Amino acid sequence: MEIFLQQLVNGIVLGSIYALVALGYTLVYGILGLINFAHGDIVMIGAMVTLAVVHFLSGTGLPGPALVGIGVLVAAIVCMALGYLVERIAYRPLRDAPRLAPLITAIGVSILLQNLAMMIWGREYLSFPPLFQSGSFTFSGVSISPIQILILFASGAMMGALSWMVKRTRLGNAMRATAQHPEVATLLGVDSNLIISITFVIGSALAAVAGTMVGAYYGIAHYDMGFMLGLKAFTAAVLGGIGNIEGAMLGGILLGVIESMGAGYLGALTGGVFGSNYQDVFAFFVLILVLVFRPSGLLGEQVGERP
Amino acid sequence: MNRGIRLFLVAAGLIALPFLTDFAFGRTWVRIIDFALLYSMLALGLNIVVGFAGLLDLGYVAFFAVGAYLYALLASPHFGLHLPFWLLLPLGALVAGLFGILLGAPTLRLRGDYLAIVTLGFGEIIRIFLNNLNAPYDITGGPQGVNLIDPITIGGFSLNHPLSSSFPAVYNYYFLFLAVTILVAFVSSRLQNSRIGRAWVAIREDEIAAEAMGINTRNVKLLAFAMGASFGGLSGTLFAGFEGFVSPESFTLMESIMILCMVVLGGMGHIRGVIFGAILLSILPEALRYVGSLQQAIFGHVYADPSSIRMLLFGISLILVMLFRPAGLWPSPVRRRELAAHDETARHENSSIYDAGH
Repeated sequence: MEIFLQQLVNGIVLGSIYALVALGYTLVYGILGLINFAHGDIVMIGAMVTLAVVHFLSGTGLPGPALVGIGVLVAAIVCMALGYLVERIAYRPLRDAPRLAPLITAIGVSILLQNLAMMIWGREYLSFPPLFQSGSFTFSGVSISPIQILILFASGAMMGALSWMVKRTRLGNAMRATAQHPEVATLLGVDSNLIISITFVIGSALAAVAGTMVGAYYGIAHYDMGFMLGLKAFTAAVLGGIGNIEGAMLGGILLGVIESMGAGYLGALTGGVFGSNYQDVFAFFVLILVLVFRPSGLLGEQVGERP
Repeated sequence: MNRGIRLFLVAAGLIALPFLTDFAFGRTWVRIIDFALLYSMLALGLNIVVGFAGLLDLGYVAFFAVGAYLYALLASPHFGLHLPFWLLLPLGALVAGLFGILLGAPTLRLRGDYLAIVTLGFGEIIRIFLNNLNAPYDITGGPQGVNLIDPITIGGFSLNHPLSSSFPAVYNYYFLFLAVTILVAFVSSRLQNSRIGRAWVAIREDEIAAEAMGINTRNVKLLAFAMGASFGGLSGTLFAGFEGFVSPESFTLMESIMILCMVVLGGMGHIRGVIFGAILLSILPEALRYVGSLQQAIFGHVYADPSSIRMLLFGISLILVMLFRPAGLWPSPVRRRELAAHDETARHENSSIYDAGH
């Protein structure tokens, strides 16, 4: 039971990071119908920039959390600019092109960002300095560390804010209108190009935060960390129903929990034949199973054939 | 120019190619051309699934892996089996085709990007299994893979033996791969103009209309998966015999993505375009190696890692090609006409993966 609860906590923490990244995929997909393959690499850039800022300021004697705070801020600004540029250069010119064309440019951008990062930061694993107090609180056998608590609160707050913004504000209204029908939204006075840019910028800001969380949580940053993370997050977005904001959150947390449960129990369940190295197989298997029974994801709308 | 003369010139060019390449660029480049031919087969296989039937497959490399491992396990000291090449080549295609059906069956109801992510997951599952099936029983050799694989042997003659000092082993493989590539391209083009090929295109353009026309969409889609997969398996067996070594590292998601890039960049659904894309994308990264090391010659100093510069330029070229030629470098004439038509209704009614999202 303790193992179960412990894995549940770890899974939810990991899952809330997935959820933040998944939101970036789902926001863009909801509006453009495009899989933004470069999103994972923007997460990576976020982690790298935070790390660089932390190293730069480490001599000033500021406390750890303040360093990370400044780092995230800088990373968010860099990633937002990057997200804007990527949309402007690689996706906007292809808006009316065949649908797989922007997918290929997305892959191109991903390769480009990875190799730029490799040129700037090298190909070694960079270690994140321990910025938060170590040790952990224990509640009836389940331990949770300060950084896990911080991740939970920060991601919860950001998801709440995003939900509120999309549902209640004028900007959110415009975003939903653009997602439904860009031409009609434009007729009604929405500057859909601006809205699309804003969507990319918001997604990239979330990515910067998520990147920092991953880096600080695992204590490591690497130029190709974004690829697998992005893949998992995209899987999470699809699991929840891509294009659906609550779906991305649910899918992210679910995927995190599935993965850590897989890591914790797979060996025992299969009599040691399949160990925790099969946790990804387990996650993908669950994904396939969910999609077989609910082809548009858990919270995806059952849309008709023709929009 | 009449057809006969053109055919003769192309054939002469293809026969002379390894000799000319060897003479002009060195033997490594003949090897690169061998790989370009393997990639052409893969791209042609994926083209059936993505280009003809319009089903976005991001895990295609799994079928390549199935073919490669089948050959590796049944023709190496790993299990002590040494089955002949002529048996394994069709067997590789067959088993990969079965895997294609295995993947296709549960995913028939899925559309577009949901299908993409499931195929991606399938590819990863296969790779993870290959990577981990060395315990408790050693089946795939784990991360180390399988080595000492038998070379391809035809009629008692091992292709690893050079015919003469001016006709090395890479030439043998070149001619074998060329023959299989031509076969695959021929089968592709016959399929394209057959009843099945038309059914694929009908499904790609509008699945419901296709069903209403009496097409059994389930079987036809499964057939697309199986055909595409069997080409992948074919290419995989050749790869294993050629390399003499397989490991899970050759079958990553990045590889699937590269094959997809070849198909899209060349011109989806157009056989010649797809082959062109495959050759271009397998040669480009190699050619860019020279650019990476040029900085030494120009600036007299190495500023950045040549391999990152190479991939950086590769990424940039992917972006540029798509920006300037969104339908691919060499799209089929029909597609070009359709894209040129600025008919609003036509634009809105198209909603297959070829077309814009809205």
